[in-house]
Amino acid sequence: MTAGLLVKRAGPQMSVQDLGRPGFLSKGLARGGAADRSGHAEGAALLGQNAAFASLEMAGMGGIFEATGPLRIALTGAVMPARIGDRILAWPGRYHLDPGDVLDIGPASSGTYGYLSLGGGIATEAVLGSRSANFVAGIGARVAEGDTLPAGEENGSEFSDATIDVADRFSGGVVRVVPGAQTSFYSEETRARFAETTFVRDRRGNRQGVKLIGDGLPFEAAGQKTVLSEMIVPGDIQMTGDGAPFVLLPECQTTGGYPRIGSVLPEDLPIVAQAAPGTQLRFRFLTFDEAEAAFQPEEARWRALRSAVRPLVRSAEEIRDLLSYQLISGVTAGGADIYGMEEDA
Amino acid sequence: MVHPRPEPPRFPQIVRQGVDGCVVRFSDKLTEAGNRAALAFQGALAAGEVAGVEEAASALASVYVRFASIPALHEGVTALERLLAEEDFYAADLPGGRRLWTIPAVFGGAAGPQLDDVAASVGVSRATAIETLTNTRMRVLATGFAPGQPYLGELPEAWNLPRLGDLIDVPEGALVVAIRQVVLFANASPTGWQHVGQTAFRVYRPENTDRPFPLAPGDEVCLRGVEPGALNGLREGDGGATWEALP
Repeated sequence: MTAGLLVKRAGPQMSVQDLGRPGFLSKGLARGGAADRSGHAEGAALLGQNAAFASLEMAGMGGIFEATGPLRIALTGAVMPARIGDRILAWPGRYHLDPGDVLDIGPASSGTYGYLSLGGGIATEAVLGSRSANFVAGIGARVAEGDTLPAGEENGSEFSDATIDVADRFSGGVVRVVPGAQTSFYSEETRARFAETTFVRDRRGNRQGVKLIGDGLPFEAAGQKTVLSEMIVPGDIQMTGDGAPFVLLPECQTTGGYPRIGSVLPEDLPIVAQAAPGTQLRFRFLTFDEAEAAFQPEEARWRALRSAVRPLVRSAEEIRDLLSYQLISGVTAGGADIYGMEEDA
Repeated sequence: MVHPRPEPPRFPQIVRQGVDGCVVRFSDKLTEAGNRAALAFQGALAAGEVAGVEEAASALASVYVRFASIPALHEGVTALERLLAEEDFYAADLPGGRRLWTIPAVFGGAAGPQLDDVAASVGVSRATAIETLTNTRMRVLATGFAPGQPYLGELPEAWNLPRLGDLIDVPEGALVVAIRQVVLFANASPTGWQHVGQTAFRVYRPENTDRPFPLAPGDEVCLRGVEPGALNGLREGDGGATWEALP
């Protein structure tokens, strides 16, 4: 049997994701790909492989997986309790599974999207150049109990346990915004009010986008009912009919007439994607000069991740302490929809 | 509170969109010339006329351009300005390789429950409404919103119907109308447009690696009225549609 994972139990929102399908925008197909591209890329960095390799995206809840061969794995993104058999794992981390080992990943204590990466990537069949499921486009399916996730050819050389040092992006905070083609449709007063509002991530959200609510609503543009439909890209902040912002994510619609006040700087978009319901977010407008100075292409950011990987030498006791700390300080409110995945409008 | 726009719009205009892209806007209203310009300009960029362009996608009357890097964007915007100055895209030929499609459709009844309402709003009989829908040769103004989903137009001025606030659910292949346009739905979806007919034409075919999106912006479409039941079993292949190459 080839190396891979047999899915013994699946969270309700698990799918194979890579960097998506750029280039089909004019055909109405959004790029798609991992909701938190940084989380996905951190898994690749831990395994010393290309971020184009596919990983398993787990929204809100993990699953139980059995190794069908020797396998390296990486756990990144939203913090989830994880163990191999009885052994508790630190998150994020890189580990080794022997055939028959059972990996158990629980509900997210902080953030929304967790990633399980395999050495050699998940080698499912590509459609239009990508292995990403895109539910809006009807490509791929949710990963379910009984599925197997085959690993691709493993060329990795790092087998010891390791972790990666990454900035916290699971607790909301300030998100930088770049002006867009329709920012000027909004008055200066509206833009200022938008930047002064503390938003809360609504319970409505999925891979298409997340809705935000706040005291400053509604935010209206000049002549917004007659705005001609234009192209939309992930990161755009679109005001729907009630004047509430939606931050658009990888499976967003590709065109639309609701106006957009700006676009989240690409490296800050994971903060929005990872915000669980109830998380507070604020927006800060950058000038183009500031945005260009702050902007780092993904390839450069992801190359730098390699040097953030370090050996994992914690004792089991320390790891337990760490996990309990994260569970206590996590943002998931009691009784909240832990999946953060109620259906979109 | 609604505020006036700060300046009168002038076209074509280039406005930045996010950190690595821009929008070339040919009109703020849907016009034949504005749509023609967007299609032709996107065609020019697809043909490689400006270096450093990572992706160019046309909407109804604008083109979104994404560049490979910030330096490429700065050089690229200058090149876009030059291209716009050199050529009148409003009068340009549409891109080559276009197709004229004839797509069979059932109108009214269960296949188009709002046809009678639409005919009443337009102020014509049901038969005249169907006649207009089938006699108007429409252009694929843009594909978007969902994979391969075409915005077809334009219908006569009397068809400038508003989108409705109450959404209805329509199936894959549905024909819906509003604002002088017809949309052929890619997927079952809620919509504020009015459902007048049904096709068996799939606008997105992931299993077809050669042409997963059969309709391209700039293609032309004629709808052909057929009897209820005539579409049964046609969902595979072209849904009973035929096409010929346009010169």
